[in-house]
Amino acid sequence: MGRRITPVRLLINTVAAWIVGLMIFFPILWMVLASFKTELEAFATPPSFLFFDWTLENYATVQGRSDYLHHALNSVIVAGGSTLIAMLIAVPAAWSMAFAPSKRTKDILLWMLSTKMMPPVGVLMPIYLLYRTFGMLDTLSGLILVLCLGNLPIVVWMLFTYFKEIPKDILEAARMDGATIGRELIYVLTPMAVPGIASTLLLNVILAWNEAFWTLNLSTSAAAPLTVFIASYSSPEGLFWAKLSAASTMAIAPILVLGWFSQRQLVRGLTFGAVK
Amino acid sequence: MKHRLGAIAGAISLFAAIPCFAQTTLTIATVNNGDMIRMQGLTGAFTAKNPDISVKWVTLEENVLRQRVTTDIATKGGQFDILTIGTYEVPIWAKQNWLVALDKLPADYDTGDLLPRIRDAASANGKLYAAPFYGESSMIMYRTDLFEKAGLKMPESPTWDFVVDSAKKLTDKSAGVYGICLRGKAGWGENIAFLTAMSNSFGARWFDEKWQPQFNTPEWKKTLTTYLDIMKVAGPPGASSNGFNENLALFNAGKCGMWIDATVAASFVTNPKDSKVADRVGFALAPNTGLGKNANWLWAWNLAIPAGSKKVDAAEKFIAWATGKDYIQLVASKDGWANVPPGTRTSLYQNPEYLKAAPFAKLTLASIDSADPNHPTVKPVPYVGVQYAAIPEFQGLGTTVGQQFSAALAGTTTADAALAAAQSSVEREMKRAGYIK
Amino acid sequence: MTEETRGIGRLLLSPAVGLLFIWMIVPLGMTIYFSSLHYNLLNPGTEQFVGLENYTYFLTDPAFLASLRNTLVLVGSVLVLTIGLGTLVALLLDQAVVGRSIVRLMVIAPFFVMPTVSALVWKNLLMHPVSGLLAYVAKSFGLTPIDWFAEVPLLAVILIVAWQWLPFATLILLTALQSLDEEQKEAAEMDGANALSSFVYVTLPHLARPITVVILIETIFLLTVFAEIFVTTGGGPGLATTNIAFLIYSQALIQYDVGTASAGGMVAVVIANILAFFLVRIVGRNLEA
Repeated sequence: MGRRITPVRLLINTVAAWIVGLMIFFPILWMVLASFKTELEAFATPPSFLFFDWTLENYATVQGRSDYLHHALNSVIVAGGSTLIAMLIAVPAAWSMAFAPSKRTKDILLWMLSTKMMPPVGVLMPIYLLYRTFGMLDTLSGLILVLCLGNLPIVVWMLFTYFKEIPKDILEAARMDGATIGRELIYVLTPMAVPGIASTLLLNVILAWNEAFWTLNLSTSAAAPLTVFIASYSSPEGLFWAKLSAASTMAIAPILVLGWFSQRQLVRGLTFGAVK
Repeated sequence: MKHRLGAIAGAISLFAAIPCFAQTTLTIATVNNGDMIRMQGLTGAFTAKNPDISVKWVTLEENVLRQRVTTDIATKGGQFDILTIGTYEVPIWAKQNWLVALDKLPADYDTGDLLPRIRDAASANGKLYAAPFYGESSMIMYRTDLFEKAGLKMPESPTWDFVVDSAKKLTDKSAGVYGICLRGKAGWGENIAFLTAMSNSFGARWFDEKWQPQFNTPEWKKTLTTYLDIMKVAGPPGASSNGFNENLALFNAGKCGMWIDATVAASFVTNPKDSKVADRVGFALAPNTGLGKNANWLWAWNLAIPAGSKKVDAAEKFIAWATGKDYIQLVASKDGWANVPPGTRTSLYQNPEYLKAAPFAKLTLASIDSADPNHPTVKPVPYVGVQYAAIPEFQGLGTTVGQQFSAALAGTTTADAALAAAQSSVEREMKRAGYIK
Repeated sequence: MTEETRGIGRLLLSPAVGLLFIWMIVPLGMTIYFSSLHYNLLNPGTEQFVGLENYTYFLTDPAFLASLRNTLVLVGSVLVLTIGLGTLVALLLDQAVVGRSIVRLMVIAPFFVMPTVSALVWKNLLMHPVSGLLAYVAKSFGLTPIDWFAEVPLLAVILIVAWQWLPFATLILLTALQSLDEEQKEAAEMDGANALSSFVYVTLPHLARPITVVILIETIFLLTVFAEIFVTTGGGPGLATTNIAFLIYSQALIQYDVGTASAGGMVAVVIANILAFFLVRIVGRNLEA
């Protein structure tokens, strides 16, 4: 990569990017600030930005009232488990459609997406009855199943897109060197697709982490993830915004960490130059 | 030697491993209001007395709770051992035989001590099907300082004319003070609860004896136009999406001259920690038009046991503890009398310590007593319920009508159009459900 | 491509296809069955077969057309906003920027927050006309604050949903941009292309497929937006923010009318299929390589 960036260009880019970033991030920043305010302060006009009495009482209340760790652990298992299983099923499927396509490939892709067309509110009863019959209510495996299959089409689509980016000649070169398809998958494809796999993993873990319809309806206490934890702070009678902000900040924290780490993968671009 | 020690150790560990009695776990579904959260915190007191029972709490917001719990009980999902349900559900579910009748409660539970209206609302066919732990009505909360400044005096049982007039006089939009804050957010439990109660005081009703909807009557028109008129002149902006919480925040910040809403709000607005106007609040009965009904409602949260439960004994023990007299004493000793769950027992309202700590207690009791779910309206009706009709279809009906009325408040439709739309949609639904031909 | 490759391709594809097929067929079958019954959960034992009556009831609801219109407006506007802004933001983040990782995290952050919570934050802390931050800013400039949820409710909901989905579009497009060959861009520059033509003729075609994917995936999710509406406006005022999903909820689910809810669900599926058909006609070419 040989482009030299002028300092002026760098400055403009940086300022523009930071302004845009802050504007987009602002509501979340506001929410985190609210979590450190008292309830009265959180709703006060004029709103106070930084100069107010910072307090940890909301976090203490939230931590004392509900079992954050239990719910967080459930969230990690459900979101992580469902996404990983979906990836295991989706990687071969996406490979097949990207590199061994048939006439039916586009139709199959669209059909997969169509399995998500039913609004969850319309299919709540059948699923609830099914789960009740099979004793899967309030189980981690039940939640993992519904989230995995719900997100599977998305995972397949995203992986398919990224696999399509990879130039076929590289793969053919590897095959001509005698690599089997298995080897091809592991040693050639995967490293090149790492940014794509990373962003697919991140986005789908988040989708599963925040999924609030099925997790609220199909779990009770044993398998309840953080979405249930937050739901208990939402809109009771009385002031609650500061506490809800605190609960929500606690719920985002693990995802933020995940996001930060998976960022490194996104940075690495496909190094075609080197290969050529 | 080692051998024998090992055997003894093994025997001891075997004894330790087997509990003396089996552990029953109760899963309780409940609403996330202050009283329930307090009860969660006090669970230790129950489990100390009942070491063979452990308790798991599932706390949810009211609408989510209702949906979750109804889905579960209707499909016999068995996810919950104790349910928190409102007075809306009790008649409907008792009719379906979904609830266990609570006729085996211990004598010291003293069912006779329950406030009669509240007890009626939690019963069906003379039997108690759910144990009330929290009761409320609605009343007027007003700013004594603003009334004094305007030279007005609030009577104990004001008329709507007086309230409308005072609201207009108190409004000072440039200073950010609005004469009256009322619910406007669409929802059968939000604006419709308020408007239905208000309509009772104007002599209106949802259905006549033949289940024909009554939105095309002059009484409903008077109700809606009074509401819209007062909100336009004296209400805060954004009213059409304001529910209980938003109005509470406004009142606590000093922006409302009056607020008509749940009696429980009285404890929030007089709490100096949350309210800027805690020392300047007065209370009055909800307004009337002289027809014999006030514009207040009746609601209670109750604990109930689903039919077919295998843990009825343990559940009954918990319910008796949580809604009994001793629990009230417990809360009083830990958090003070002002934080005791209100609105369920006569003995509470005869207790001088409570009356001293809660200046709104007398009016709360008067409000509860004046709302009769079995005869909520001036004219006869085929349904029970003060601010709702206890039929399964009401949630949907209330939501649709609520949307229309909230649109009228937001100014996107007229009062007449809203009433006409309400009439036709409710008629359509009632025909489909088979109530009318 | 060899026959061997094709065979293995089919094998690798089968778990995904098989599982999704079962996942689709069983609930779908049950939903179709329920939609033909007059089945209210609160009145069990009174189920009876009523054929297409649930469908007629749902489709002749005076609210149906309005909710259909709202659904399409919501989906269309959010798509335009997220993809338009998403492309711009992705381009910006593709440049060299000091502290790029932090900015990237900030841009993705809205997606981390649960939809119900974001909606509540926007409604109460930002958009509230009396005590929200936006009202405060407006008043500081001497303007009257906008009563978002009364005057422009659908716009308010669109803004909230677009804010939530912007990170999704941005992230996918950014990742796609990373794979854009630098050499191609440099070659175009050496041929005398300025930044704009370089964008239109080099970058944009490269982004065609990711944009298509974003359109299709977002459409599927946006068609069933529910939580944000439920929490902020409750479908109102009037029918201004009722979409098909909310209509199903308020007409059927809330009174446990499983029959009509199922019929409504089927109607939503049909609408989604029609929409997807048109979308694929317009942008589907990009899916092929």
